[in-house]
Amino acid sequence: MRASYDVAIAGGGIVGAACAAECAAAGLSVVVVEPGPIGGGATAAGMGHIVVMDDSPAQVALTLYSRQLWIELARELPADVEYLPCGTMWVAAGEDEMAEVRRKKQVYDGIGVKAEVLGPQALAEAEPNLRPGLAGGLFVADDSVIYAPCAARFLLDRRPVERVAQRAVELTRDGIKLHDGTAIAAGITVNATGAWAPELTPGIEVRKRKGHLVITDRYPGFVHAVLIELGYLKSAHSTTADSVAFNAQPRRTGQVLLGSSRQYGAEDTAIETHMLHRMLQRAREYMPGLGELTAVRTWTGFRAATPDKLPLIGPVPGNERLYLATGHEGLGITTSLATGRLLADQVVGRPSAIPCEPYLPGRKQEASHG
Amino acid sequence: MAEAVKLSVNGGPVTVPAGAMVSAAVALAGVSAFRKSVNGEPRGPLCGMGTCFECRVTVNGRAHVRSCQVPCEAGMEVRTDAILLDVTRNPV
Repeated sequence: MRASYDVAIAGGGIVGAACAAECAAAGLSVVVVEPGPIGGGATAAGMGHIVVMDDSPAQVALTLYSRQLWIELARELPADVEYLPCGTMWVAAGEDEMAEVRRKKQVYDGIGVKAEVLGPQALAEAEPNLRPGLAGGLFVADDSVIYAPCAARFLLDRRPVERVAQRAVELTRDGIKLHDGTAIAAGITVNATGAWAPELTPGIEVRKRKGHLVITDRYPGFVHAVLIELGYLKSAHSTTADSVAFNAQPRRTGQVLLGSSRQYGAEDTAIETHMLHRMLQRAREYMPGLGELTAVRTWTGFRAATPDKLPLIGPVPGNERLYLATGHEGLGITTSLATGRLLADQVVGRPSAIPCEPYLPGRKQEASHG
Repeated sequence: MAEAVKLSVNGGPVTVPAGAMVSAAVALAGVSAFRKSVNGEPRGPLCGMGTCFECRVTVNGRAHVRSCQVPCEAGMEVRTDAILLDVTRNPV
């Protein structure tokens, strides 16, 4: 460990790793402070879905830019990242949701994202394990799935980044104070500790949003694309109530990863049977055959949620040497690469491919969608 | 001598005494790799009491059935050659 670095990053999840990799690629000396395994928190807990989302123009810009960076990186990803370019199938239950399919299609057409509208028969042929009688779907071909902890490790390994296996207890004006009292001096300090970021930077608008996941044994071909009910958007948008939505994902191993649930105010990592039950009930409404599969593991994780559903990327107002890279909610795997790029752009003062302003911590946040 | 039960393992006929477990039928068929691990390594029965999950086979199209826990039935179709997944390479 050196006495000082250009950039010291607290948090070795995929966002911290992407920020580290981009800063190192820009020629800066970088250290990552992470007490646990790399990518062992929300990065490991999440689904690893790389997806273009269209909640807001800023979300479209960030997810689309970041998905492009993933596509460019895909050929270099090692096998353990389990990159699976399977696409996303947005599933419409009824005609009201087909209207949403057509709206989404128009948005995607307008930004050059390949998307195909499927009627009931085409949907049933594409995903025979969905229940009969669904209205249709929207297939977004260039979305994909990765195993994110290995991606985080890959991002750190391909650049000269130092690691310190300790907990950051304080972000000072001059760097990071470690659990054992050691101080790491840095020109720029980055808080990339996800849902725990407010512990190191009090007052920022980041809340824990708990999720449950289930993974099955290997059933190759049971699902082909990442299947998400369009009702998912209602679940993701709710800023108060506990919610569940059908989200089934194929893995390279042939396993099926099942989500999703969202809860505020739940600090305990324990599985909550009532939430798990609701989530699996919802999944079986869409895929009755899921009930026949064997689950091998269930777990929970914490998303870092912000009021306006956009991450915080950039310097904290009043302290130009302290940066935030958190608040990615359920999109941290998708948007990690763009986050790293935008953060490094700001640190070295070079122009960005997309505007940074919508993600700056100093922005005025208004809760979206009630 | 117990009553005989006829079933198939990987498409070939096997006859076992009534009450025999599927694992016995698979062994009688001369199969030692009941399944493949995620990295393609052969796996077979270890505990014989439903705990180790190493003896899983496909029975009548249903995957991941513990063969040591299921008695043979007439006409049962058992497969140990379910699709091997290659997870050791990047698909792009």
